[in-house]
Amino acid sequence: MKRLKNLIFLLVAVPLLAAASEGNIHLDKAPVNLADQDSLQRGARLFVNNCLNCHSAASMRYSRMQDIGLTEEQIKDNLMFAAEKPGETMKVAMSRGDAKSWFGATPPDLSVIARSRGADWLYTYLRSFYRDETRPTGWNNLVFDKVGMPHVMWDLQGELVPRFKKDGEHETIEGLELAKPGSVTLAEYDAMVGDLVNYLVWVGEPAQLKRKQLGLIVLAFLAIFFVVAYYLKKEFWKDIH
Amino acid sequence: MSALQKVMGWVDDRFPLTATYKAHLSEYYAPKNFNFWYFFGSLALLVLVLQIVTGIFLTMNYKPDAELAFASVEYIMRDVDWGWLIRYMHSTGASMFFVVVYLHMFRGLMYGSYRKPRELIWIFGVLIYLALMAEAFLGYLLPWGQMSFWGAQVIVNLFAAVPFIGDDLSIWIRGDYVTADATLDRFFAFHVIALPLVLIALVAVHLVALHEVGSNNPDGVEIKKHKDPVTHIPLDGIPFHPYYTVKDIVGVIVFLMVFSAIVFFGPEMGGYFLEANNFVPADPLKTPPHIAPLWYFTPFYAILRAVPPLFGSQFPGVVAMGLSIVLMFFLPWLDRSKVKSIRYRGPIYKIMLALFIVSFIGLGYLGLLPSTPVATIFARIFSVIYFLFFLLMPWYTSIDKTKPEPERVTG
Repeated sequence: MKRLKNLIFLLVAVPLLAAASEGNIHLDKAPVNLADQDSLQRGARLFVNNCLNCHSAASMRYSRMQDIGLTEEQIKDNLMFAAEKPGETMKVAMSRGDAKSWFGATPPDLSVIARSRGADWLYTYLRSFYRDETRPTGWNNLVFDKVGMPHVMWDLQGELVPRFKKDGEHETIEGLELAKPGSVTLAEYDAMVGDLVNYLVWVGEPAQLKRKQLGLIVLAFLAIFFVVAYYLKKEFWKDIH
Repeated sequence: MSALQKVMGWVDDRFPLTATYKAHLSEYYAPKNFNFWYFFGSLALLVLVLQIVTGIFLTMNYKPDAELAFASVEYIMRDVDWGWLIRYMHSTGASMFFVVVYLHMFRGLMYGSYRKPRELIWIFGVLIYLALMAEAFLGYLLPWGQMSFWGAQVIVNLFAAVPFIGDDLSIWIRGDYVTADATLDRFFAFHVIALPLVLIALVAVHLVALHEVGSNNPDGVEIKKHKDPVTHIPLDGIPFHPYYTVKDIVGVIVFLMVFSAIVFFGPEMGGYFLEANNFVPADPLKTPPHIAPLWYFTPFYAILRAVPPLFGSQFPGVVAMGLSIVLMFFLPWLDRSKVKSIRYRGPIYKIMLALFIVSFIGLGYLGLLPSTPVATIFARIFSVIYFLFFLLMPWYTSIDKTKPEPERVTG
């Protein structure tokens, strides 16, 4: 069953990735579901293990992850590698100067990355790294050409290589194919990236779950208030012709 | 005499409290036939209050410092109790202010609310609109995102297009050679104190002038022409309080429902109220590929871009943009029609107003897009219509076939 799913996925995903390379990059829809706390927690683990070494999320406090169902103990024991207290924000030890000399650009802070780039962009970007020996890191990306960031999660996804298409004189990338499998299947990798993006969307605005809940209450209150105000107005105006 | 009456008597001997209350609320007689379009004045006042109150709370936690500003906004969004709500109310309020003001101005155009004897109300109104644009522009720099920075850079550079003194002028405005910390500090000062004071003063005189001459109405006839011989109260007038206070409460609730739907469910409004690029901290070394102002400025931005440069200078475009607003001041004297309201106007005015609205919205749409040859052609056509609406007005309003106005309001 799992193999069948993987096969179906490959049949669907590869043409999609192929479309991604042509001019206007097609972005795959990110499976964002902020109600899924398990997904957010898996995303948090991926985030602190893979992203938080170079990227900060300097507006985000570790303790805020209590909002996605984690206890302070769990956060301390499993997710805090670079901080002493849960009240600290997610900073990195790497200096901006070092980062710039190593990668050519300072890795951006990820606090609001989902708000500036959008979930679909992140989801497609993190799945579109491919081998390119002309780049200093050995990696390039379909969505972000000549990106300074290497493929951090390559051991999971494996190595993708471009499939070229002759287009007159030019060679263009038609799609990516798996050259060396990683420790998980492509479908599993996609699901992991989905969790990570889900987490980043939540990090972009941790108040958003509360915001939508409160919004329903506010609108319900206003609806009741409207009925009262409408009949009050009607009562006052009944003599005006 | 009750205790309350005693206190009121004491105050009234020293301050015209009861008299002011009567003059502006309980004995201010407004026409009884206000329709939907008459909600937007009181709504604009509501949004002004919302902006001031949310602004006060934002100021308590915001840091006007190029190094700290961006992060301080995120601090408000995450760590300040209810900070996210205050911030979204303020950012949504900015756009909604323009929504209600544009509808309020359109009401004026439809029913001739700018005509004699209400010329000064209109002029104060245009001044409010100008102050509001300045206030919005200054405030947009404060989050110190990429669009904040580059938007300010582009707009301040417009002043550099002024011949001879342009370069010095733009440096004087910025306080530096590029948009920088000095710019942020002065924009902050103007945004939180100077312009709010100007706005409040202008709103006050707008209302004093209105209450002096009395409100216009959808029929465009003067209710003061027919007064009760004994009480001297206009026959078609009703006291603002309680009639219009209870009516405006209904409007306020409907408005707040729309406002809350945006604040709680889509504060970015698909990028029109909060732009994705403004979640990237300002970077003076990285120009974004596409810089567009926020939606409420785009009609004027489109006019600016539609005018071809002269000897390599953008100055003609800047002049056209300035003129597009200055012309509004002259509206009361450009309109020569015998009637005020669109209900009794002839077909020419109706067509011109429709073309004007289409052009204004068209310009607003084009101003959001990157400039292309086709877009520029449309922007030029719309700009010409925009100006002709004003410049040809003395002619087309005087030849237009009007219908006779009624003596009294029609309900």
